[in-house]
Amino acid sequence: MLLRHTTKEVKEREGLTINPAKTCQPIGAMYAALGVHGCLPHSHGSQGCCSYHRSTLTRHYKEPVMAATSSFTEGASVFGGQANLLAAIETIFSVYDPDIIAVHSTCLSETIGDDLQQITRKARDDGKIPEGKHVIFASTPSFIGSHVTGYANMVAGIADQFAVSTGSKKNQINIIAGWMEPSDMREIKRLSKELGVNIVLFPDTSDVLDAPQTGTHVFYPKGGTTVAELQSTGDSLSSLALGSISAEPAAIALEKKCKVPFETLDMPIGLRATDRFIMALSKAGNVTVPDEITADRGRLVDVIADMEQYLYGKRVALFGDPDQIIPLTEFLLDLNMKPVHIVSGTPGQRFEKQMRQILDERSPETKFKNGIGADMFLLHQWMKNEPVDLLIGNTYGKYMARDEDVPFIRFGFPILDRIGHSYFPSVGYSGGLRLVEKILTAILDRQDRDALEEKFELVM
Amino acid sequence: MEANTHFPDPSQVREELIQRYPTKVAKKRAKSIIVNDPQIIPEVQANVRTVPGIITQRGCSYAGCKGVVLGPTRDIVNIVHGPIGCSFYAWMTRRNQTRPESLEDANFIPYCFSTDMQEENIVFGGEKKLKQAIQEAYDLFHPKSIAIFSTCPVGLIGDDVHAASREMKEKLGDCNVFGFSCEGYRGVSQSAGHHIANNGVFKHMVGRDNTPSEGKFKLNLLGEYNIGGDAFEIERIFEKAGLTLISSFSGNSTVKQLENSHMADLNVIQCHRSINYMGDMMETKYGIPWMKVSFVGAESSAKSLRKIAEYFGDEELKAKVEAVIAEEMPKVKAIIDEILPRTKGKTAMLFVGGSRAHHYQDLFTELGMTTVAAGYEFAHRDDYEGREVLPNIKIDADSKNIEELKVVADPELYNPRKTEAELEALKEKGLEINGYEGMMKQMTKKSLVVDDLSHYESEKLIEIYKPDIFCAGIKEKYVVQKMGVPLKQLHSYDYGGPYTGFEGAVNFYKDIDRMVNNPVWKLIKAPWEKAGNGAALEATYVTQ
Repeated sequence: MLLRHTTKEVKEREGLTINPAKTCQPIGAMYAALGVHGCLPHSHGSQGCCSYHRSTLTRHYKEPVMAATSSFTEGASVFGGQANLLAAIETIFSVYDPDIIAVHSTCLSETIGDDLQQITRKARDDGKIPEGKHVIFASTPSFIGSHVTGYANMVAGIADQFAVSTGSKKNQINIIAGWMEPSDMREIKRLSKELGVNIVLFPDTSDVLDAPQTGTHVFYPKGGTTVAELQSTGDSLSSLALGSISAEPAAIALEKKCKVPFETLDMPIGLRATDRFIMALSKAGNVTVPDEITADRGRLVDVIADMEQYLYGKRVALFGDPDQIIPLTEFLLDLNMKPVHIVSGTPGQRFEKQMRQILDERSPETKFKNGIGADMFLLHQWMKNEPVDLLIGNTYGKYMARDEDVPFIRFGFPILDRIGHSYFPSVGYSGGLRLVEKILTAILDRQDRDALEEKFELVM
Repeated sequence: MEANTHFPDPSQVREELIQRYPTKVAKKRAKSIIVNDPQIIPEVQANVRTVPGIITQRGCSYAGCKGVVLGPTRDIVNIVHGPIGCSFYAWMTRRNQTRPESLEDANFIPYCFSTDMQEENIVFGGEKKLKQAIQEAYDLFHPKSIAIFSTCPVGLIGDDVHAASREMKEKLGDCNVFGFSCEGYRGVSQSAGHHIANNGVFKHMVGRDNTPSEGKFKLNLLGEYNIGGDAFEIERIFEKAGLTLISSFSGNSTVKQLENSHMADLNVIQCHRSINYMGDMMETKYGIPWMKVSFVGAESSAKSLRKIAEYFGDEELKAKVEAVIAEEMPKVKAIIDEILPRTKGKTAMLFVGGSRAHHYQDLFTELGMTTVAAGYEFAHRDDYEGREVLPNIKIDADSKNIEELKVVADPELYNPRKTEAELEALKEKGLEINGYEGMMKQMTKKSLVVDDLSHYESEKLIEIYKPDIFCAGIKEKYVVQKMGVPLKQLHSYDYGGPYTGFEGAVNFYKDIDRMVNNPVWKLIKAPWEKAGNGAALEATYVTQ
């Protein structure tokens, strides 16, 4: 038993988090900044933060993740980090020559009260930012929210600090990506093209964190939303924010600064969330949905209908980030499956509200919890009390899956032990198809493994 | 050793590495980029601050304390006091394997514990939440020990983890609770955390259990963290040779073993950087000498076993050690004979850790490969130049912040295992007691030594030297591989290993052979991208 100390009895905890279903803000800010072309993320704190975030993102993507740090020492912690950040900006522009430095704070620099706006302004006043280059920032204290909050804050910072309203509208729609994989961003762009809608997608980590092997390390890969594109978002007709937690703050920032109206949607994971996305985008772009997309949708529905007997009533436990597991829960219900336990470490009332909307009618007995205390230890205890047929979550779930002998699907962040998430999308109808295939494979493999010899099926 | 004539002019390389830096940075970096001379070891600037903005391999003090030293002991509940990230990132990512004896034995390694500090804890203090967390951990698990690790904000807001630990230790009665002030900003790298961890383990664990243990030749293995099962292989060899391992620090260890470790008669040190403090302190307090060994490399393993046997001075043990070596070596030899023709003459670079960049050179030597450049991520001058430079190392402001324990001989337990005369005699036989000669004496003349290598420098080095393999960590792995050069991770072993001892050496040979000769590196260019091939030719054919 790997998690041999996990008790069946659930006791309320107030001080101790065990096996968290979240991590801290700065890693989300780092990931978001990698989705801007020519941008070097910069961690304003101790070296360890930057090292841990780079390591975790690298393990998840198996790709280079470049980022710099203010390398705080005890002196900087006492006297403030301004000197370190100014020195860092100078060093970075001369050695690594990015177009943009995206600075995010840490619990250390937030606790001592470093003001990133003031320091970056000073850097500009002191002539440390070369002509045509940019330093942007986001406040991402680790003691508030989660990695998802950090992502949202950096994306909002990107929107707020780049968008310009010139007074003449451009025939384009902003799509603000919630925390999703490079493959998902690529799929969003493909779908928009197929629909015939001009979009600016940001951030965009495709062609950054799924870069090809060419024999050369390209420090700033060809992907990422460009500064020109980001500046133009202020003139777009409207914005679609894909994810109420991770994308909406940027849409609000754009509305505030440039009066770009927005609509917030779920991340298009599963059938109905994708339907809503296609409807919203076709409406925003004033286009009709082409037959190819309708056919893609039909293929997904076809598979669900064909294989419904294996999906029906299967009990699922899932954990992960709110913008992903909200539409995933809806999709599981559409597959006629039964999500029974759900946890997400990210705090916020939106989660509960949206989950209620999805679950109240169709599965009111589903247990779900988010924020403080919503950790994997609790989820595991729930699983011990009310067993499930399938577990869905990030790689850390494999310990529970093994102990409880439950089929397991890797979904979310981080995935440290398998590949695929950067290359094959989970969004859109094709992403839905991939999810159904994964679910069926897990369930059917289990049935094959456990079947009595005389019940071992050839055709399924 | 002979100079390798294939090297590019190293002093020119040095200039190239620093030319792009701003003047002040260039001046500083120049002192850490050294052309080696094993006869007259030059001074290497090490254990100094990384310039802000430089993309460094280094991590923080917390990583060195919790991640490296305390992490591998299976039955301590390690609670990280801070916002959630620090505990999350150190959650099993170092691959410290452990083997509980039965299902009933405690093993907390797969768990992640945190106080998950929120804004209100930063503003109003987090001690109350910490004490609550300790109580909850105790109620749930009843562990023998609970250790508390401070993250950056804890030191700044003034939470006293030591007082909270003392209070809870008293309250709980049968649970040893102790804290570490290992905030990430202390020191200049993980190294500060190693020292802080050594101090804490020495103060709060070593010496608590005086039960004499069985065994004629009792020793501790210091600085072995059982990554990929390294300690398992060394345990296997020790057992075969009749050596009794009291405790390892800290791979595959338990609280009880650490508490009883002062009953051993010898400390052998594998990773000098992370644990040498413990060796010195145990010698002063209990009279246990320490000896530098290395079980990385088949030859080094044999040599280390012989050194241990020589220390104990027992003829039977010496004979047994020889028998073990005689049994193990032919298996190693058979593999190396098969692999050597494919690896001989190739070149390697190692930039990792505070010890590994030295010892893994032995494995490359066994493969007939040359180390053209090497350096540590967080070592000190003594790890490069040898411990004789210790008196000359200036203590700067960053090192001064790390507590230096005042250790004296224990009035009851001090028992010098060897007399002065015996130690002298051992030294005459070539046994270096309480000594370490460092990395540079072993490296060829004109090879390059770089401390705290930056990303920029690593790309330059690869462009200039075009090594056949580069050894570093996860952050460097895919950067280097994008350049078409395989990278061997020497923190996580690319999820393989063990690499210690005889069986480990064989694993390493096979892995390196596989990596440097993998056909994938020849598939990078598409056929139409290769000169004199592809579309143009075909187009001509079509138009004909």
